[in-house]
Amino acid sequence: MKITADTPSALTALDRPNSYIGRAVPRPNLQRLMQGRGQYVSDVTLPRMTHVAFLRSPHAHARIVSINTEAAKKSPGVVAVVTGAELAKVMTPWVGVLTHLKGIKSAPQYPIAVDRACWQGEAVCAVVARTRAQAEDACELIDIVYEELPAVTDPETALDPATPVIHEALDDNLCFERKLDVGDVDKAFANSDAVVEATFVCGRHTGVCTEGRAIIADWNASEQRMTVYQATQAPHMMQDLFAKHLDIEAGQVRVLTKDVGGSFGIKVHTYADEMATVALSKLLKRPVKFVADRIESFVTDIHARDHRIKGKIGVTKDGVITAFEIDDLTGIGPYSVYPRTSGIEANQVVNLTGGPYNCPNYRAQARVVFQNKNVMCQYRAVGHPIAVAVTEGLVELAAAKIGMDPLEIRRRNLFADDSYPAQTASGLKLELLSHHAALAQLDTMINYAGLRTEQKALREKGIYRGIGFASFIEVTNPSAAFYGVGGARITSQDGATVKLDAQGAITIHSGVTEQGQGAEAVLAQCVASSFGVSMDRVRVVTGDTDNTPYGGGTWASRAAGIGGEAAWQAGKALRGNVLAVAGAMLQAKPDELDIRDGLVVDKVTGAERLTLAELARVAYFRPDTLPPGFQAELMATRHYVPRAWPFAFTNGIQASYLEVDTDTGFVKLLRHWCVEDCGTIINPQLVNEQIRGGVVQGIGAVLFEQCLYDERGQMLNGNMADYLVPMAVEMPDIDCGHVVSPTADSELGAKGAGEAGTAGAPACIMNAINDALRPLGATPLTDMPFTPGKILKALGKV
Amino acid sequence: MKPAPFAYKKPRTLDEAIALLGENPDARILAGGQSLMATLNMRLSAPSLLIDINGIEGLGEIALKDGAQNGVIEIGALARHVQAERSETIATHAPLIACAMPTIAHPAIRTRGTLGGSIAFADPAAELPACLLALDGEVDAQGPKGKRTIKAGDYFQGLYETALGPQEILTAIRLPAANKDTRVGFAELARRHGDYAIVGLAASARADGKGLKDVRLAYFGVGATPLRPLKSEAALSRGDIDAAVAALDLDPHDDIQATAAVKKHLAGVLLRRVAAQLMEQRA
Amino acid sequence: MEMDITLTVNGERIAERVEARQSLVDFVRDDLGLTGSHIGCEHGVCGACTMRVDGEIVRGCLMLAVQCDGSVVETIEGLSDSGELADLQAAFEQRNALQCGYCTPGMLTAAQELLKAGTVPSREEIREHISGNYCRCTGYHAIVDAIESVAKARMGAGT
Repeated sequence: MKITADTPSALTALDRPNSYIGRAVPRPNLQRLMQGRGQYVSDVTLPRMTHVAFLRSPHAHARIVSINTEAAKKSPGVVAVVTGAELAKVMTPWVGVLTHLKGIKSAPQYPIAVDRACWQGEAVCAVVARTRAQAEDACELIDIVYEELPAVTDPETALDPATPVIHEALDDNLCFERKLDVGDVDKAFANSDAVVEATFVCGRHTGVCTEGRAIIADWNASEQRMTVYQATQAPHMMQDLFAKHLDIEAGQVRVLTKDVGGSFGIKVHTYADEMATVALSKLLKRPVKFVADRIESFVTDIHARDHRIKGKIGVTKDGVITAFEIDDLTGIGPYSVYPRTSGIEANQVVNLTGGPYNCPNYRAQARVVFQNKNVMCQYRAVGHPIAVAVTEGLVELAAAKIGMDPLEIRRRNLFADDSYPAQTASGLKLELLSHHAALAQLDTMINYAGLRTEQKALREKGIYRGIGFASFIEVTNPSAAFYGVGGARITSQDGATVKLDAQGAITIHSGVTEQGQGAEAVLAQCVASSFGVSMDRVRVVTGDTDNTPYGGGTWASRAAGIGGEAAWQAGKALRGNVLAVAGAMLQAKPDELDIRDGLVVDKVTGAERLTLAELARVAYFRPDTLPPGFQAELMATRHYVPRAWPFAFTNGIQASYLEVDTDTGFVKLLRHWCVEDCGTIINPQLVNEQIRGGVVQGIGAVLFEQCLYDERGQMLNGNMADYLVPMAVEMPDIDCGHVVSPTADSELGAKGAGEAGTAGAPACIMNAINDALRPLGATPLTDMPFTPGKILKALGKV
Repeated sequence: MKPAPFAYKKPRTLDEAIALLGENPDARILAGGQSLMATLNMRLSAPSLLIDINGIEGLGEIALKDGAQNGVIEIGALARHVQAERSETIATHAPLIACAMPTIAHPAIRTRGTLGGSIAFADPAAELPACLLALDGEVDAQGPKGKRTIKAGDYFQGLYETALGPQEILTAIRLPAANKDTRVGFAELARRHGDYAIVGLAASARADGKGLKDVRLAYFGVGATPLRPLKSEAALSRGDIDAAVAALDLDPHDDIQATAAVKKHLAGVLLRRVAAQLMEQRA
Repeated sequence: MEMDITLTVNGERIAERVEARQSLVDFVRDDLGLTGSHIGCEHGVCGACTMRVDGEIVRGCLMLAVQCDGSVVETIEGLSDSGELADLQAAFEQRNALQCGYCTPGMLTAAQELLKAGTVPSREEIREHISGNYCRCTGYHAIVDAIESVAKARMGAGT
């Protein structure tokens, strides 16, 4: 079934009266944010609150010889100056490993460096003061003597015997390695008509959330309880980690997350400075606030995507892909990030490369090495943009080599729409995808033939435009296979509690969190539909470990598919409970009644029988009038976790149309398209905006963003003037289309949509640039981001 | 990050401001503050005193002096970018400034940033210093020894270094008003709109029959100051664009935006584009 | 160094003592509790702190509170309460032109400046005008749609 953008879909299985499923209803919480009445952690002030600033290592690798804090302690407003050694007595260190990533290793990491700083930006001392400015003033008075150590910065030589080992106890700088060899790759290459090799580079970049990481920890010694206001994607995970490393019970920790100014995977990790803030509060017995400023964000927010991949593809002259081979190398900083590890990204590159294609021969090697740069970990579309760039880059290079149209080579190799369930060469289990339907829709949507005609005509006038594509698959709705089986206390299930209040309105408490994706709207839509009220009668509560069901939060495109299904089921359960009360009040059979638009009605005729307000009034205030022995249960909880499939894979295809100024190497993006299949679409507008925002994050990666380091491990562009995030005028309009292949694992059938845009855009634009420059004989560009200088070099102009 | 502590004074007269500069050698002048505040916020600079000159009367005017023909545009040190952007006088008599204005940062910066501040700060990647040089403008300065006027060609002396003395304050910039023979050209290559350009070029010339004379080219983003390629100017006056490009003798350094080779190549591309602008107006 | 300042904020007369080094955005957030103006970079690039001083939009991080002595300051709270932005806010809501909402107060304030010009700008002009306001979530397309629809509606051209 196909639907076009922004129009409601008719979803038979979910087709209840007043269904909000498939409707582009506005999010209920927007006015608050637009009127400046949001409550981000950086906005929160508590009584007796102090502010912490961290002194950070200016060196990529240095031994801390001595720290003199005397002058800082006397600085105005200072409450405490605390070193790593002192804080290590309050909080235990952590090691970012998982058992299902075989052989992964890392070293213990402390909230504040104890005797050695391992990257430029690692906190080496903390100052707690009455204001942030005073804390920063005192930081300048701390006298630290460093003994600079050799910095390991180049992943290519990180494993050489001559290179110093960053953590002596680990014996070498190898964090994780994975090898895969499926089918007969050598034979497949030997039997190919063409073999293409290329080395792809993805630039190291970072999330640049508009709101820096923010946390307030408030240890109340009188009740032995830690309340943490944190801008996090995963409150329950953080509750567990704070408790574990403070050596207290999880029940002694409450994590509150209200509004979050962007996350994109940046705010789902354990950060040493945030752990230190919690430990400082425990030490000082008062609230301590930390908000990462932009400068420290650039050197402490996780980085991602810094991979060099040698890729190889074989094809027959008929365009059949015979084999893929990759060799991936990535440097992840000095520690594997806790608790998700820094091995997942490379692991995903191995899993996902070649993913859309029915090709049985695949060989992969990935090596993850330590280095003295800021840590890398999972960021929106983990591993996907890398794998898609390699796969789709190779596919289009192969198509060019054999003279085949880039859409045609995909038609000949994408998994057939009737071939599911299927399995990729890397072993990913695919329930139901729609590559060919998506491609066909895209072909029409972009008027491909017309674009090619226009492109040809313009080339004759010296105007070089390119058309590029990227097919992709996306991992969504992760089951316990992602983290739980590896021993991480990261839950894949999620829960929703739905209750009827005394006026007949609904409150939902959910374990997923909202950082702007629209999770709260989706939850309200699900419950309003399955229970039977209008959305304005539904209020959503998220982000409070004391008051929501235990859940994973929002990451890996799980909020709608997992949190939404739990909410849908909870709404259904409450409907059953409410109809039982109605049956008792009306002396009717509950199954002959229904709830529609806030009224209990006769199921067949739709005639009104009772308002929910009246039902609630009786149940709460006059239960004495209900039949003896009958107890109204006006609250219901349901949980959901995907069980049938490890992940709900989605698929799609993107197209880019752009123009390269061959004199300057500047790229003008003219238009971008994405056709995507995320199963049941709960809210088409929210899905489209996830796609659009994701595409632009991908555009940042391919054209603008890169954390530049020198050979000594110093970041060179750690500010917003020099690190180029995408701004409005360079971005294109983005058109979205959809194919709908619901997952049968849930009643709702929804898969995730948060990362598809980011996954495909870099490859797509890379291919379009190469398409534009191919008639000029340019060297194919595979080293992101594609700066004007790199494009001019490919053209032989510099 | 928050700025290190500093004192703040808002004098009412230039003399008072000049005296304060004399008493506080590490004081900084606060005009629009759009570059200064950012450096303070990053603690890259920690002056003991900010001297806010926004309270001094009479420095905010944009005016055409000495009549329309061969007149002079005088831009007071505190005239803000947005004033120039909205000014009929600038649009008519200083078209090069009008061309440059939309490329400078963003609206909420241009409401505060001053033209005088940009010239006083003399960022080699900024547009206005190059415009001043291309237009053969002048800078008025006032110090303890009184007022003086500095020609643009003598004003830019090194990286963020100008002819202004330690106690001198820029009070106005002056540009020759455009007339019917005036030709201007402006182009820059910035990765994102409003950013400092990888390389940019401001140009002025006078129509001379079918050709151009008095060609003045001023590059920005390719050296420690805005730079005039004199040989290229001469070639362009002869109408020989290829020779003008070939004669470019810029010696930029690599920076995080581009290598020296890329900058030199782009400088040549800009020269062709700006030359075309100068020629087009002639037609 | 601390100084006394008197100014009007969202129509309210305010007299406060501030540190010379305190930025305007820190002042409205920390001293006045007007937390709708956000801090995204503190070096003038992201636009999250965009507010109005004496009728012009400014970066709240690149002005000092002491510079606003005698000024009229308007923040998102005041611009919302007065109803000046109501149609723009409604368009942003309908079009889902915000996700996390952190950039939105600044984005709305900047957009209103363009809309006050009283013309219907092209999409390119809208994009250029808001290019000093960083949004990581939306990809900008929906924001451009919302601003464009309000420009047309205000000019009576319908949406």
